[in-house]
Amino acid sequence: MPLINRGNRPTKAGFGEGLLEAGKRNPLVMAIGADITSSVGVNLFAEAYPERFISIGIAEQNCMGVATGLALEGKIPVFSTYGVFAAHRAADQIRISVCYNNVHVIIGGAHAGVSVGPDGATHQALEDLAVMRVLPNMTVLSPCDATQTKLATIAAIEQCHGPVYIRFGREPMPDFTDGSKPYTIGKAEILRQGHDLTIAATGHLVWEALKAAETLQSRGISAHVLNIHTIKPLDTETILQAARETGAIITAEEHQVTGGLGGAIAELVAGYYPVPMEFVGMNNRFGESGNAETLMEMFGMKSSMIVTKSLQLVERKFKNR
Amino acid sequence: MAQRKACDTEALPRIATEIRKSVIRSLAEAGSGHLGGSLGLADVFTTLYFSVLKHDPSFPQWPDRDRLILSIGHVAPVLYATLAHAGYFPVGELMTLRKQGSRLQGHPGRDHGLPGLELSAGSLGQGLSVAVGMAIAGKSDQKSHKIYAILGDGELQEGSVWESAMAAAHHHLDNLIVIVDRNGVQIDGKTEDVMGLEPLADKWKSFGWHVISCNGHDFGSILRALYSAAGAPGLPSVIIANTIMGKGIKSIEGNYQWHGKVPTKEQAVDFIQELSENTNQREFDAIN
Repeated sequence: MPLINRGNRPTKAGFGEGLLEAGKRNPLVMAIGADITSSVGVNLFAEAYPERFISIGIAEQNCMGVATGLALEGKIPVFSTYGVFAAHRAADQIRISVCYNNVHVIIGGAHAGVSVGPDGATHQALEDLAVMRVLPNMTVLSPCDATQTKLATIAAIEQCHGPVYIRFGREPMPDFTDGSKPYTIGKAEILRQGHDLTIAATGHLVWEALKAAETLQSRGISAHVLNIHTIKPLDTETILQAARETGAIITAEEHQVTGGLGGAIAELVAGYYPVPMEFVGMNNRFGESGNAETLMEMFGMKSSMIVTKSLQLVERKFKNR
Repeated sequence: MAQRKACDTEALPRIATEIRKSVIRSLAEAGSGHLGGSLGLADVFTTLYFSVLKHDPSFPQWPDRDRLILSIGHVAPVLYATLAHAGYFPVGELMTLRKQGSRLQGHPGRDHGLPGLELSAGSLGQGLSVAVGMAIAGKSDQKSHKIYAILGDGELQEGSVWESAMAAAHHHLDNLIVIVDRNGVQIDGKTEDVMGLEPLADKWKSFGWHVISCNGHDFGSILRALYSAAGAPGLPSVIIANTIMGKGIKSIEGNYQWHGKVPTKEQAVDFIQELSENTNQREFDAIN
């Protein structure tokens, strides 16, 4: 696909728009607020449908239980909070009330990654994918830009039957997909065909992966780029095919390199088609305050790091032969 | 209308005895589980399912039924025994409790398809949140059914309970009735030694609840409390049911060591005999 940024927008805006649109179509959709509604993209819905917006206050554990109760009664509750609070503060409620009861609760995980910026480590979700991914019945979505986040939110509300976690960020980031393709949960998108290695990216790092692929092209390396917008269920078919055809995979995510996308793909290929891998993401540490772009650079989550590790990976791949 | 006919309140003691016997039999057969709390709640469960709840065992998903949320999943045996005696499934199935493949999981699990079970639960402090969500949905749909939530007293040490208590009052959920099993004991000992809860009624009052106390082993007292709970417009109600862990078996009554213990098969025979004798004695006393 051509690399065109139609302007920077925060992915949370896409979440808010998707919620509003799905809410317009279906009166069963309800939203739960934990005080930070405008910060997590729920304000549009709350203003349009105040009778379907429930304020619960700063009480994430209760929010998950309330969402479960609503879902058991046939409503479609959407609860959005910062990913750190969803995944950690309310982890037990998500495990037992939401997932064990297997109810259709949509959990929005805002403030993904270090690009949250100045708020610092406490508010930068870097372990949420790992926590959500291991829970039975849970679907985990991690769309790449605002346009896709809107589609993902609508899909989570309209296509799923069980619990869904949908991750999005705060900073304006390149909005580069055109929304023309339907969002199919569990189906990775091949954004670029290549044969030397596969870059499997998710969230904000999909844009970086595409930029890295262009740089690699100029150095004579052909990168296959996958947008893994669904972390669970993982698109095993597309990923294994990429492993077979390119013989090397580098993952890129704004998350700890363990337990998230990199972990998921490593588990998959180790079992079915082992290939050399590299991992771009957070390396076993907390984030810190700063500017979004600078932090992503500092923690090695920009295209430059993808390029560096890709070159190392391709070298390893050929040495192994 | 699909609704189970409330039974004569005079029949409640005999039903409660049968439920206690089933609890003892199923736990002795299972070889593990929680006897004390299950026996302590038998009178409350009997009153709810045989006299108060609007429900229909032949139509468990009846949309207008009252919902009962058991937050303290570990006393599942008394819920299962009550559901079986009410007609949701055969009483014989109680003997599969905690066994592989059973619909009667150690802590309730909806994924196993047990009719009449509203919620999978067992991690303490979560049931009231779910009940709040159900009560909000009921209000939003202008339904008249009620949501009952059974909580343990030790469970009130979980902070999330108070998050949901705040929310219930804030949203004026007068369709929500909590029953606290106030038996005063938990695994490590007396609640007041482990982590004091008193003044308990004042805590709920200060959170904006209509508070009622009752003797959890006196059917008249339980019924009066449940009727009173229905009459507080705009307020959620909590009934602090004073109960005795292990109620019905003299040798274990009030003994916290029976929280997570089960009788041997020999003990079970003695316990069941004790229950039969006491019931016969009560009926003899009533006649004479």
